[in-house]
Amino acid sequence: MTGLSIENLSMRFDLPNGGHVQALKDVSLSLQNGELLSVLGPSGCGKTTLLNILAGFLAPTDGRVVLNGHDVKGPDAERGMVFQKGALFEWMSVRQNVDFGPRMKGMAKMERDKIADHLLETVGLQDFKEKAVYELSGGMQQRVALARCLANDPDVILMDEPLGALDALTREKMQGLVLKLWKETGKTVILITHSVEEALLLGERLLVMAPRPGRIHKEYKLPFAERGVNADLRDVKKGEGFAETRDEILSMIWGMEEEIMGRTEATQ
Amino acid sequence: MTGYLILFVYIALFIGAYTLVQVVRRSRAATQDFTSLKTVTFGDESAIRSDRAASVISILVIFLIWGAFTGSKLVPLHVPGPFAGDTSFSYEAVNAAGETDQATVSVIVHQVGEDVEAPEAAPGDGFAKDDAATVATWRQVLIRANRNDEGRTEEGFKITAIDGQPIAPGEKVSVEDGDVSMTAKGSLNFTPHKGLQMEPIWMPSPEAVAYRFVEIANEGYQNFTLWEHLGWSLIRVVVGFAAGAALGIPLGYAMGLSGWFRGWFDPIVEFMRPVPPLALIPLVIIWFGIWETGKIVLLFLAALWIMTIAARAGVSGVNISKVHAAYSLGASRWQILRHVIIPNSLPEIFTGARVAMGVCWGTVVAAELVAAQKGAGMMIIAASKFQLTDIVIMGIVLIGVIGYGIDTLMRMAEKALVPWKGRF
Repeated sequence: MTGLSIENLSMRFDLPNGGHVQALKDVSLSLQNGELLSVLGPSGCGKTTLLNILAGFLAPTDGRVVLNGHDVKGPDAERGMVFQKGALFEWMSVRQNVDFGPRMKGMAKMERDKIADHLLETVGLQDFKEKAVYELSGGMQQRVALARCLANDPDVILMDEPLGALDALTREKMQGLVLKLWKETGKTVILITHSVEEALLLGERLLVMAPRPGRIHKEYKLPFAERGVNADLRDVKKGEGFAETRDEILSMIWGMEEEIMGRTEATQ
Repeated sequence: MTGYLILFVYIALFIGAYTLVQVVRRSRAATQDFTSLKTVTFGDESAIRSDRAASVISILVIFLIWGAFTGSKLVPLHVPGPFAGDTSFSYEAVNAAGETDQATVSVIVHQVGEDVEAPEAAPGDGFAKDDAATVATWRQVLIRANRNDEGRTEEGFKITAIDGQPIAPGEKVSVEDGDVSMTAKGSLNFTPHKGLQMEPIWMPSPEAVAYRFVEIANEGYQNFTLWEHLGWSLIRVVVGFAAGAALGIPLGYAMGLSGWFRGWFDPIVEFMRPVPPLALIPLVIIWFGIWETGKIVLLFLAALWIMTIAARAGVSGVNISKVHAAYSLGASRWQILRHVIIPNSLPEIFTGARVAMGVCWGTVVAAELVAAQKGAGMMIIAASKFQLTDIVIMGIVLIGVIGYGIDTLMRMAEKALVPWKGRF
């Protein structure tokens, strides 16, 4: 059996004051290999918790995650991560960052160099191979993070707001790059974001999650990612259905936020 | 008195130099870089640039004042020095018959250390005879002016005036080149003017210190060469620091990586850290003796806690994203320690090492003050017992230079080894 399947995932933990938090409740989902999923939701909806469970950094209290037929028990090179920022190793050059995974596996230098050269070219950093990562701009650093993740050839790529710390212009360019990499490599990608537009552009499937307890609220199947592979993303945004879907999701999330506010006020 | 004068001169030079530099600068075309165009500088730390001219003048002023108040030949201006040369004063005596007569006391004031023979004074006429004496600068001399006078043993003989100013036992009058006071028994005590300069046994001139440096560099001091003294201090610091780091850094890592280690050692580290190493000297002497073992144990303890805390902070400071990323890239625990945690902690370790080296250098000097046969601290404490102030000052300057040198080396090493510090 191939693909990623998430079965009745729940996560509940105790607080020091005797209360408890239900971060996730009965989340189920299955992904085919090569699918692109974006996850959206107001803060506190458990989307980062979900990603951490998928990565193997957290253990769920109930349910399980199955990838290509085996249970996910902890972090592993089969599931690559791309973080928002600060996850590069600043004591290594760009090349050393990119070939970190193969190096840890003990791959020969020739082979590693080939992988790094190829990936750095793909992300457009062929002229920065020997630079220190702290000399690069934020956008370039995220390109390194993407290349580093791909160098390990993972089955699934998990992205935790990978473009959240970038300025608007760089972000647009990087969205194009993420789509291109997804299409070229055929990896399964799960991307968490705060931005509704980004979720629409970078998701064949889009999950909207709701808070308290964290759960799947609604799922969309979207055409925009497929369109964006071949077209300018700005045209995709102007294209058929984009504005309507965006407005629908925005009002949905606004509704959730208001509900939270109302509930908080009521308890006070 | 001299102290207040020095303070006053120093403040005056501070203000004077500032005014002068401002005037000179205003008359020249100002460079126009970005910072110079900032109008808000008071409170904007980034707009405060260390004034190079002020630094240069500051150092010059220290040597100027030092030289001016110690009679240095390197400095053109001096405050008045002590009187030296030939001087004299006269005294008036009354004998038993009520007659008065005058006589002269000649005094040769010579430099300390010179041996000067007092000239035989021609007695002169009358019953009061002339006298002669010698005295070194900054000293005083007891002159029994009446010792050769006729009728000095008779009732009623006494000295009544100095240079025409009346004097009685216990009183003091000023003469041209000094002060004369009369003891209870009627002898005269002459103190030549001391001026405002400091005596070499309190504060030697810069060239005296430099001369002493050359002498000790060539001949050594107290059975060891200067380089042996300084070298031994440095070796103790390096060995003690290395031992402290060799145990402290792994201990700090263990405390950052394991809850049991942290719980076990936290009370010990947190208790020992605020204990100044100097407070441990007596115990270390009792346990390990006063020789090398004791000193190295002391420096080991001085460095140990600082390095432990630095390594622990280095581990705590690692961004969890980096560790997560490394696990997701397939790294093992050992690889994460080797490739992520250790490099990530290097900036903290270097900061700790700089602090620890500073503390160790201070501690070794203090330990050598207590007991040592060789070392920078031993040199100055031995010299101070003979009031060889020039060696004391030379030692202090060398200790400062070496301490500064150590810190500079550490900073250079830091720049070369952790270039990413503060930039990511």
